[in-house]
Amino acid sequence: MPKRKDIKKILIIGSGPIVIGQACEFDYSGTQACKVLKQDGFKVILVNSNPATIMTDPDIADKTYIEPITAEMVEKIIAKERPDALLPTLGGQTALNTTVELAKNGVLKKYKVEMIGADIKAIKKGEDRKLFKAAMRKIGLDLPKSDQAYTLEEAVKVAAKIGFPVIIRPSFTLGGAGGSIAYNMDEFKVLAKRGLESSMISEILIEESVTGWKEFELEVMRDLKDNVVIICTIENLDPMGVHTGDSITVAPIQTLTDKEYQKMRDASIACIREIGVSTGGSNIQFAVHPETGRMVIIEMNPRVSRSSALASKATGFPIAKIAAKLAVGYTLDEIPNDITRETPACFEPAIDYCVVKVPRFTFEKFASADSTLGISMKSVGEAMSIGRTFKEALQKGLRSLEIKKFGLESAVFKDPGDVKVDDAILDKIKRKLKSPNAERIFYIGDAFRVGLDIEKVYNLTKIDRWFLYNIKEIIDCEKELLKNKQNLSPELLKKAKEYGFSDRQLARLLSSSEDEVRVLRKSMDLSPDFKLVDTCAAEFMAHTPYFYSTYDK
Amino acid sequence: MNAILALEDGTIFRGRSFGAGGERYGEVVFNTSMTGYQEIITDPSYKGQIVTMTYPLIGNYGVNLEDVESRKPFVEGFVVREYSKIASNWRSGDSLGDYLAKNNILGIEGIDTRALTLHIRQKGALKAVLSTKDLDEKSLVKKAKESRGLLGIDLVREVVCKKPYTWNKKGKYKVVAIDCGIKLNMLRILEGKNCKVTVVPAATSSREILEIKPDGLLLSNGPGDPAALPYVVKTVQELLEKLPIFGICLGHQILGQAFGGRTFKLKFGHHGANHPVKDLRTGKVSITSQNHGFCVDIDSMSKKEIELTHVNLNDGTSEGLRHKKLPVFSVQFHPEASPGPRDAEYLFAEFVALMQSSLKKHA
Repeated sequence: MPKRKDIKKILIIGSGPIVIGQACEFDYSGTQACKVLKQDGFKVILVNSNPATIMTDPDIADKTYIEPITAEMVEKIIAKERPDALLPTLGGQTALNTTVELAKNGVLKKYKVEMIGADIKAIKKGEDRKLFKAAMRKIGLDLPKSDQAYTLEEAVKVAAKIGFPVIIRPSFTLGGAGGSIAYNMDEFKVLAKRGLESSMISEILIEESVTGWKEFELEVMRDLKDNVVIICTIENLDPMGVHTGDSITVAPIQTLTDKEYQKMRDASIACIREIGVSTGGSNIQFAVHPETGRMVIIEMNPRVSRSSALASKATGFPIAKIAAKLAVGYTLDEIPNDITRETPACFEPAIDYCVVKVPRFTFEKFASADSTLGISMKSVGEAMSIGRTFKEALQKGLRSLEIKKFGLESAVFKDPGDVKVDDAILDKIKRKLKSPNAERIFYIGDAFRVGLDIEKVYNLTKIDRWFLYNIKEIIDCEKELLKNKQNLSPELLKKAKEYGFSDRQLARLLSSSEDEVRVLRKSMDLSPDFKLVDTCAAEFMAHTPYFYSTYDK
Repeated sequence: MNAILALEDGTIFRGRSFGAGGERYGEVVFNTSMTGYQEIITDPSYKGQIVTMTYPLIGNYGVNLEDVESRKPFVEGFVVREYSKIASNWRSGDSLGDYLAKNNILGIEGIDTRALTLHIRQKGALKAVLSTKDLDEKSLVKKAKESRGLLGIDLVREVVCKKPYTWNKKGKYKVVAIDCGIKLNMLRILEGKNCKVTVVPAATSSREILEIKPDGLLLSNGPGDPAALPYVVKTVQELLEKLPIFGICLGHQILGQAFGGRTFKLKFGHHGANHPVKDLRTGKVSITSQNHGFCVDIDSMSKKEIELTHVNLNDGTSEGLRHKKLPVFSVQFHPEASPGPRDAEYLFAEFVALMQSSLKKHA
């Protein structure tokens, strides 16, 4: 289906101020949408209260309103501009909420504005927990077990049936008291009683805890012809229990077999269809039990999400841009892939590298803040890196954080060559592993520095053994470098570079300077190679100069 | 242990061996699937080929008992950027390296697989040798040049079952599958669709097949040059007007020849799990699993009889055909997936529907 001719003017709602959980990702997606719609001959009206965004640059939209993103203000703009359509899925949650309000209070109907790229029913089904669960049950997808209870007696029965640990969520609380977790019946009785009392209708939801399960995300797109493709798959290094925005995440999925991945792929396709996102992108999250492989669906975002920016840059597939084109009537097979030019956008990117996203925290600026990580997001930003090995990408990502770490350096030891262990240090490391926190990744490195084995670290962190093994390989390489610092072989230095050690990090290990390491490296003919991000793993010619450096020659 | 991959054009890749040691020959091809290495190495269609995975981290989830596509691995050699020494998955049995070693298959890691892939893309699939025994570059390049390659060679003989066997005992529709190197998932799916399947070796005659009294015939995938299989083409020709027929991959190429068509070799083939294929009857796109180095020339067939049903959106090559009157159709891609997306599994249901309506006609 070619582009729609009945729409001329489109209103796009931006994301507003940058807050935790909603940063510049939505400036990126909104800007892409404005540009591509304008190119296609549409008149684009933009509203965004944040002047420090690219999308509010004068040449991005045809008209830009720097106004608060509230239903009242957007209504005024609609009254003045009389757009034919409103595209709400690219500005994050703020844009979506505002649009829902405008639909509810009849403004869209009154001014005959069509919502494109989403519909109210789909948004509700995706975001209302109860509707979402019912929809997923209907299509046969497994969810964490849960049930309501109105008395302590009922609650005890429900908890016994589900099995521990369980999460207790009181309904309709004053001030919105959050959930709590119980690991055994004694704890549960106390928390359930408290929950029932805090609920105005004496109702609690008791839910199976999936904390510690493996966590996965799929970025999915659908068009009006019901073609569905998976753009990117993501595996979280930090298991369930840490907010995805605070987790180190890796693309593509590393530890699922094809059979397990295809089951997840099929489930996400069934999900986007059942929720009814007719065009555009969605982000769907799953948890998998590490011992039994049981897969449950956790949630879906029926819009371009925080992960979409990452998925776009990780694969070379511009999700927001394509989502905007789908919203105005194109189908995936009609849109060319910008990078290859010859093949269509209706495909699933094949990547031939490993991508790591590392969250950036600023707890140092807020002395009183609790740096423990949990289910609400605390990071303020992120860095993404690309490498040919996970080890390389992880170390590149960590040094991109600009926190004076130049790779997976120690949190505990000042001198990497002088690792002294006592009970206090060991206790501290174990404590830092057990409860997720901003510096945990560095403490995992230290755990291997002091000789803990993979099983011990796994039991403390529940981080998949594949990731732990790779981290241990980095530390083992560090030990090898320290041992051979007087007589470094080209093979060992090559391995270190393939594992992502920076020259500066090596200088510390070798008691040398960055310049000296560089000279040594050049003398051994070790220099980086620049490889292309091309969406197709080199199968087709690529035209976009989008590179990453790696040691792979 | 050091290992070398030498190509016939003189290009050399040095790496470390994992899996078995020794020396093996094959045409080197790349596969762009990011998951499913176990299904790939056990796919008999890879007989005669050395496969390099474009995804750099391989072996992560080990190998399990359930996900094999045949009785043993058939790749001649397996080339990866980084082999994972840890296998982490709840179903994992062996590590990939141990599995390859047990089955006497060479693996090589630590080479720049993207450079190798680019080379194949530019030069086409090349003959190659993989060795841990002979590390002399000149000698290896000579061996690669002198190796037999794929053209005109019947590799099907080397992978098929020796005797007919019954896959499952119960089912409404009796299917005979001609094994040219069949992937087990075809049989699993047919079993799930109420079919009772008997598998017969590729050299079985049409008379022997008809004696089983099947309701339908499946032509399987398989390795090598489709033009080297006149005996299977003949069998299929004799059965064209007698049975509903469904051909997959090599089966598609055999059917194309049975209809008088030609096949030709693609430069580097399609090997991956992300190929968009449009069903021309519905306009819908399936993301498909593909593994073929040869292709049917659709223009070499009678347009009166044969209809093109599927097209690859990446390069416009033909991906499926259907006879306009007979209940006979085939596809070049892999609707049984494994590895790869299951979007095209609907074709098995179409095959069953053809058997159903043909049964009704004869009832």
